[in-house]
Amino acid sequence: MNRFPLWKYVLIGFILVISFLYTLPNFFGEVPAVQLSPLRSAEKVDIAFLGKVESTLKTAQIGYSGIELAGNSVKVRFDSPDLQIKAKDVLQTQLGEHYTVALNLVSDSPSWLTAINALPMYLGLDLRGGVHFLLEVDMKAALEKEAIRYQNDFRTELRSDKIRYGRISREGNVVQIHFSTRDQRDAAVNKLGTAFPELKIAIEDLDAGFTLSSSLKPESEKLVQELALQQNITTLRKRVNELGVAEPVIQQQGASRIVVQLPGVQDTAEAKDILGRTATLEVRMADELYINAPQQPEQTPVGDDAFLDSSTGRPVLVKKDVVLSGDHFKSAQPTFDQNGRPAVSVTLDAVGGRIMRDLTRESIKKYMAIILFERGQGEAISVAQIQGEFSSNFQITGQFSTEETTRLALLIRAGALAAPMEIIEERTVGPSMGAENIEKGFHSNIWGFLAVITFITIYYRVFGMFSSIALAFNGVFLIALLSMLQATLTLPGMAAIALTLGMAIDANVLINERIREELRNGATPQAAISAGYERAWGTILDANITTLIAGVSLFWLGSGPVRGFAVVLCLGILTSMFSAVTVSRAMANLTYGRKARLTKVSI
Amino acid sequence: MFELFPFRKTIPFMSWGKATTAISLITFFFSVWALWDRGLNLGVDFTGGTVIEVSYDQAADLPAIRSALEKTGLPEVAVLNFGTSRDVLIRLPVRGTENAAQTSNIIMAALTAATPGVELKKVDFVGPQVGKELYDSGALALLLVAFGIMAYLAIRFEWRFAVSGMLANMHDIVIILGVFAFFQWEFTLTVLAGVLAVLGYSVNESVVIFDRIRENIRKMRGATIPHIIDDAITTTMSRTIITHGSTQIMVLSMLFFGGEALHNFALALTIGIMFGIYSSVLVASPLLLMLGIKREHFIKPIEKKEEAVV
Repeated sequence: MNRFPLWKYVLIGFILVISFLYTLPNFFGEVPAVQLSPLRSAEKVDIAFLGKVESTLKTAQIGYSGIELAGNSVKVRFDSPDLQIKAKDVLQTQLGEHYTVALNLVSDSPSWLTAINALPMYLGLDLRGGVHFLLEVDMKAALEKEAIRYQNDFRTELRSDKIRYGRISREGNVVQIHFSTRDQRDAAVNKLGTAFPELKIAIEDLDAGFTLSSSLKPESEKLVQELALQQNITTLRKRVNELGVAEPVIQQQGASRIVVQLPGVQDTAEAKDILGRTATLEVRMADELYINAPQQPEQTPVGDDAFLDSSTGRPVLVKKDVVLSGDHFKSAQPTFDQNGRPAVSVTLDAVGGRIMRDLTRESIKKYMAIILFERGQGEAISVAQIQGEFSSNFQITGQFSTEETTRLALLIRAGALAAPMEIIEERTVGPSMGAENIEKGFHSNIWGFLAVITFITIYYRVFGMFSSIALAFNGVFLIALLSMLQATLTLPGMAAIALTLGMAIDANVLINERIREELRNGATPQAAISAGYERAWGTILDANITTLIAGVSLFWLGSGPVRGFAVVLCLGILTSMFSAVTVSRAMANLTYGRKARLTKVSI
Repeated sequence: MFELFPFRKTIPFMSWGKATTAISLITFFFSVWALWDRGLNLGVDFTGGTVIEVSYDQAADLPAIRSALEKTGLPEVAVLNFGTSRDVLIRLPVRGTENAAQTSNIIMAALTAATPGVELKKVDFVGPQVGKELYDSGALALLLVAFGIMAYLAIRFEWRFAVSGMLANMHDIVIILGVFAFFQWEFTLTVLAGVLAVLGYSVNESVVIFDRIRENIRKMRGATIPHIIDDAITTTMSRTIITHGSTQIMVLSMLFFGGEALHNFALALTIGIMFGIYSSVLVASPLLLMLGIKREHFIKPIEKKEEAVV
């Protein structure tokens, strides 16, 4: 009665072999590597690029131990961190313009393991070191920014139809236009209603005149917020690329939040600085009336903004209308103009190029100002006369030093945010702390495991050995599963491994106690083993389901490390049910099942 | 056969009802008092604020660190040793200003200026909004687990089992929280995870005993209910001790080798395991008796369920 059909042994053996294979990569250490990935996620790396990297390294005479295409990046392995850093510098200067060049650590497991997709467990930030940020996008500001844009658009629309209007004011996200006659107002309602179907327009007749107030319809409001979030994510990607992080995670969380995870970042202050940067760039036209006037007006005229001109130190008046916003700037490099003065060479995207071409064609000899907003403060970094038509490539000149052009180029490259963001959660783990945590988690597991199997083997003897081997297999299954799923392993996750190993023995204890009881009640050894396993199953299931309920709830409601705990807890319960029941039964069957006249079992 | 619990005769656990009720009530009220009077020492996860861990090459000079940090003008900076004399923990309450995330940068700059070579080990900054959300979702998780388990027990057994099992285990949770409040140990997200795991784990102790009670009700026709319960507890005692002993070995290993990060987690589990045994045996079962469990609740057509073990 204690015999498994052959297929069962084969199946168990097969699962064991697969599990061992997928556990293996975790035992090979990591080697220093340099990872190159394209700056734009739409671009792909290919064999040709791999060849280019190879030849670059060969010319520089830097020896590497391996090179491979992995996902959308090229990874080059090195024997020492010295070579790795040398190679990074070389690759950065040669290929850095279009690719992110980042230091990384890659698994040293042989390529045939990587080929079957056997990867080491994915370590969380608390185990590998790095930064986790949770950023909240200020949606109120995003909507206000949109309202400001409408203020400009309304002016253009009304002017083009020659509808006379009074003041255009804004209260939060509501834009109000004042008219002196009802007819003008009604004409405006018609005009704006067709031009901007996404707006809700309300009218009011006051003693002082007639007004029109517009606000976004709820569904368009939602759209604006979604777009703001998406644009901020895109901008964050660009900024993270500046940092050169090997495997960054930038994800939306909820309606207004963004998670940024930067594994292995050493200089967290720099990371925070670059991510938190709120610089935006705007191109606006200067107010011609005052550009060369000896006297500035006392008050800023309606429709104008006053900014300090950084080259002259005097205030300059520019139109409120934004011709081009910072999100159209594609790249920027510090350079020198034809007179050898430091300048910034800028490339715009297609839309930006078109706008710029139209603008420069119509506005030759007029003055264009480039305004840099940093921490809510605007500054005119350049006010220049348009000399001729140009489109997507041009230079920003001004009274710059070379340091200033470098900084400016970086700011422009880093892109603009659609709405300001605030860091509302930060978790930083230093690199040494990560290694320490791994060691602590590992020691907790290994010593606890050894103590448990020693105790169980002494207590249940041969069946104790079966239980111990089943427990060891449980550990293997769990690690294999975590490696296969690439679930994030955190320190609480390692605690959960220890905890599930401790709890997993429960199933074997239930079985072994039952066998003892059957023997005590006079059952034959074969019958006792059989009954022990058969009848324990119901209780094992019951006992594990309650813990599973806790695990699933934690996974659902938990975040970060707690989620890591929950994942391991749930997986551990599943693997323990298999190993404790099936694997230990297979061993008992192999040992005792063939003996027809079994008189004694060691339990 | 090597046995830790070599009793063959049924032990009259149920006759100790008065004593155990008294013990339970005393510890329970003590815990409630501690929670009410002292409150949980909630970690930065729940309250919001900044916690920075740094380590020095030599023993850290706390007064010097304090004076260096005073110059930054940040209010209410707490500086204390942590683990070893070279490790320092700096704690700041949540600040209203927009630039709260920059706090750790300011502090690290001040520390590096005072002692070059100081190493940043860990920063936890949690904004007040996030802290509140983590608190809320933690409380929700606790409720969800409690009701989930109760529903499961009610389906699998009977409502009396569900209620007494849950009361017994909530009593464990209150005691864990009470002990944390009394000693003012820091209550973090990880500890909360431990507490919830305990809830799921110690209920399975009750499940094993309940399984056996149900089996005995059908088998031991002549016996009284208290005797049936006593027998169920006695026969499962050996398994109880070995199972919890094994889990406790793992937890002790975490307590000794897991470092500061897992210390409080392991403490919560230790209390949970100890009281889990006690409450399953000596709280849940008397409660079952008090709720008036009768033979008729089980001698019904649902008889043909798989038999319980142990």
